[in-house]
Amino acid sequence: MKRSNKPIFWSLFGGGGMLAALFGPILVFITGIAVPLGLGASKDAMSYQNVLALAQNGLGKIALFLVITLFLFHGCHRMYHFVHDFGVHVTPAMKAAFHGFAALGSLAALVLLIRVG
Amino acid sequence: MPAIKTYKRPVDGWWRRNPFYTWYMVREGSSVFVTVYALILLTGLWRLTQGQEAFDAWRASLASPIALVFHVLALWMFIMHTLSWFKVMPKTMPFVRIGGKRVPDQTIINAGKIAAVVCTVLFYVVFLWVTP
Repeated sequence: MKRSNKPIFWSLFGGGGMLAALFGPILVFITGIAVPLGLGASKDAMSYQNVLALAQNGLGKIALFLVITLFLFHGCHRMYHFVHDFGVHVTPAMKAAFHGFAALGSLAALVLLIRVG
Repeated sequence: MPAIKTYKRPVDGWWRRNPFYTWYMVREGSSVFVTVYALILLTGLWRLTQGQEAFDAWRASLASPIALVFHVLALWMFIMHTLSWFKVMPKTMPFVRIGGKRVPDQTIINAGKIAAVVCTVLFYVVFLWVTP
């Protein structure tokens, strides 16, 4: 019998879901509301120098990579099941497209994190 | 090949008929916001590699009204995600036994919510501590 790839995608979905549940709200608040408005955080908190230092730090790279990739795999896996709720008949090709999109985004994150030095 | 099963039951608006289904759709719909948020961060990383000018343009775009509206909605959706994620946790994880007794569902749900609050506070404190 062919091995199922379900555990892999379910683990990525679960890992992303857990990360989003624990840190998602505060991340969105900081990067999307607090810093842009200077409300509860300094507007300079996400200055070029600060974010560059984060992306050039080993632990910072891992954190950025995990957030981007796990959020992408979590979101795309769930959206793949979500479209079915709107009456769209899902096919293996669509599954490959949704997971492939997350994989491409992850690859882009990896390349960018290496290129940033 | 003869065409069989051509009838498709209409699915329009089925989630509006029952609040339980509406919340189900909110829960699943959070995935769209999680994905878009990841793409916003990925864009920021890409702009970062292009230099200060490009990165500052990305930061300025975050302060635009449409980005702010998106992030306020996303914050609400992420909070919904957190609540629903721990609500279903007793069903998605194996039974936990302490001293031969199964840990009650509500204890698992509460532990998850407390963990989320602790992570949120810790992250914010560390963020304020390391940034000017």
